[in-house]
Amino acid sequence: MRILLVDDEVELVSTLAERLELRGMEADWQETAAGAIEAAGKQTYAIAVLDVKLPGASGLELRVRLEQMQPEMKFIFVTGHGCEEAFEQGREAAGCEYYLVKPVSIELLVSKIEDVLGKKVR
Amino acid sequence: MWGRIKPEFWTHADEGEAPARNMFNYRRLWRSAVLAIVGVAVLPLVIMTLIQLSTTQRAVDAEANQRTHRFASNARRSVTSFLNARREALEFLIQDNDYLSLRNEQRLGELLEGLKTAFGGFVDLGLVDSRGTQIAYAGPFRLKGAEYRDQPWFREVAERGLHVSEVFLGYRRAPHLVIAVKKPRPGDSFVVLRATIDTELFNNLLSQLHLSEGGDAFIISREGKLQTPSRDHGDVFDDLALQVPASSSETRVDEVIGQQGHTSLVGHASIPDSPFVLLVVSPEDALLAAWRATRVKIGALVFASVLIIAVVILGVATLLVNRIYLADQRRLTTLHQVEYQNKMASIGRLAAGVAHEINNPLAIINEKAGLLTDMMVLKKQYARDEKLLGIAAVIVSSVERCGAITRRLLSFARRSDTANLEDLDLEEVVSDVLGFLDKEAEHRGIGITVCTALDVPKVWSDRGKLQEIFLNLINNAVAAMPKGGALTVAARLTEPDRVTVTLSDEGCGIAPEDLTRVFEPFFSTRADQGGTGLGLSITQGLVEELGGTIAVTSKQGRGSTFLVDLPVRDSDTMTRGTG
Repeated sequence: MRILLVDDEVELVSTLAERLELRGMEADWQETAAGAIEAAGKQTYAIAVLDVKLPGASGLELRVRLEQMQPEMKFIFVTGHGCEEAFEQGREAAGCEYYLVKPVSIELLVSKIEDVLGKKVR
Repeated sequence: MWGRIKPEFWTHADEGEAPARNMFNYRRLWRSAVLAIVGVAVLPLVIMTLIQLSTTQRAVDAEANQRTHRFASNARRSVTSFLNARREALEFLIQDNDYLSLRNEQRLGELLEGLKTAFGGFVDLGLVDSRGTQIAYAGPFRLKGAEYRDQPWFREVAERGLHVSEVFLGYRRAPHLVIAVKKPRPGDSFVVLRATIDTELFNNLLSQLHLSEGGDAFIISREGKLQTPSRDHGDVFDDLALQVPASSSETRVDEVIGQQGHTSLVGHASIPDSPFVLLVVSPEDALLAAWRATRVKIGALVFASVLIIAVVILGVATLLVNRIYLADQRRLTTLHQVEYQNKMASIGRLAAGVAHEINNPLAIINEKAGLLTDMMVLKKQYARDEKLLGIAAVIVSSVERCGAITRRLLSFARRSDTANLEDLDLEEVVSDVLGFLDKEAEHRGIGITVCTALDVPKVWSDRGKLQEIFLNLINNAVAAMPKGGALTVAARLTEPDRVTVTLSDEGCGIAPEDLTRVFEPFFSTRADQGGTGLGLSITQGLVEELGGTIAVTSKQGRGSTFLVDLPVRDSDTMTRGTG
């Protein structure tokens, strides 16, 4: 069971991935939507943690693409913007899944991942 | 009195920059409006009245003149015919009777009786020869043989054939006059028939004219001595006080100013073949009394009209200018509010941008510090160093603090024109706001206490607006306490569905005369320190948008208390929120 992290801030996304791995999860990270699609072509992911705003495409668009490729995949969105419209749009698009505002604490992220997957990952 | 009726625009002083300035100078506008309308309305009225009055005045003057003229002519005709009738009677007698029968005193007496019966007024009758001796006499006195040779009247009648005397008293001590006519006799001699006439009839004649015409008619001699009694100008033989212009045989009317300064119209004409001048004096006051009364009435009417017009114009102009002023004020207030909202919106956008930009590096620091901790805790190869763990914990907690600041900034930025209603804990909102201000308060030595009664429920309201309301009020409170003090923010349930938040400071307070004006736009006591005078006005607007009310009480030198009363659930804002 792997987790895909996508964010244009390499330092952020790589560190997050490392921290999740330290907690016993398998995490890959990508800094672009294209990279994420490529990675999803090679590997099955149970859950993707996407930045809402990505260079070239929005996290929401990326989600549509990824869902087409892997219909089982679940999503959590992360945003740097606290702005109301994006928040509402994000929540609607994300359906029952989670929408978190940066900076996100690792404990919160882990617990949300567990919620979405419906099982303990540690 | 003036304070009560003074319109609002009167004391308006125009301040501020061009777009924020009022569009008109209201007092000048009011003045020109009043002057223009009064001019247009009153001037024609006054001019027409004056023209009408002067036209009528001329007509009335002419009428008075004509009346006096007619009166004088009539009187002259009457007097002339009175004298002529008696003269002609004498001329008839002297022609009709021969010398001998005239010398016969009995015959003369019969003739006298005949004259008395036919004409009246004859007192005696005498015959004088060319030497001036009265050779026959009929009448109540013994005047036969009287010598008239050297008397002026005898010389006049000898020369001209006719004499009419002035009025004199004579033997009988009663005013009378004499008419004498001459008849030539063969040779150089002549006889004169002389009759004395009582002026009683004469006087009656004139007094009848008084009655019918209303003026004063009398006769004077050419020397200005009254010959008949007058009503207002003295008795017989008095000297006339009026200066009368030289008379002609034609009737003339002149204006004469009397001794008391009263003007009279004097009609005058000399009576032909006599020393008499007939005068008719009509005092102008009497002639023009009716006209003057009318003139006073017209004047009063016009004055009253002008007064009413002026009052109406003043009222209407004041009302209209005040309406314009109030509309202009509303326009200005709106303008300022829009300006303020634009400013707030740009500040919001700026804050959002800054917060967002800071968020990413913060997240990286957060993650890196988290990783450090993770590695020290979870990986055996990194010794579990308490000191390093402590450092990492400080980094993480600092990042959390920065995160809290950016979240607050973003929540301010989120405020938009549409209401974003949610269930809000008032204490939390106040604490959020205090997060911005507690450093400043600490610096000034201000202690801030927040206490919320246990029964205060969450309110369904707009976080951004509430934050702005409390930020403004707390900012004001902090500014009012430059030397420290205590600020108490308390919330309590006043009615089942109303919460009142009380903000009490120990600042300088508000002067009683300013207390009613603090919520007015542009009212500021800190204008010199950059106050716009909009803070409380906008705060009030926001409170009202949320369905609440705001009030203030203050004691100068002791501090102020602002009371913000908010609905727990406002029906209006609820519909707005869900709709």
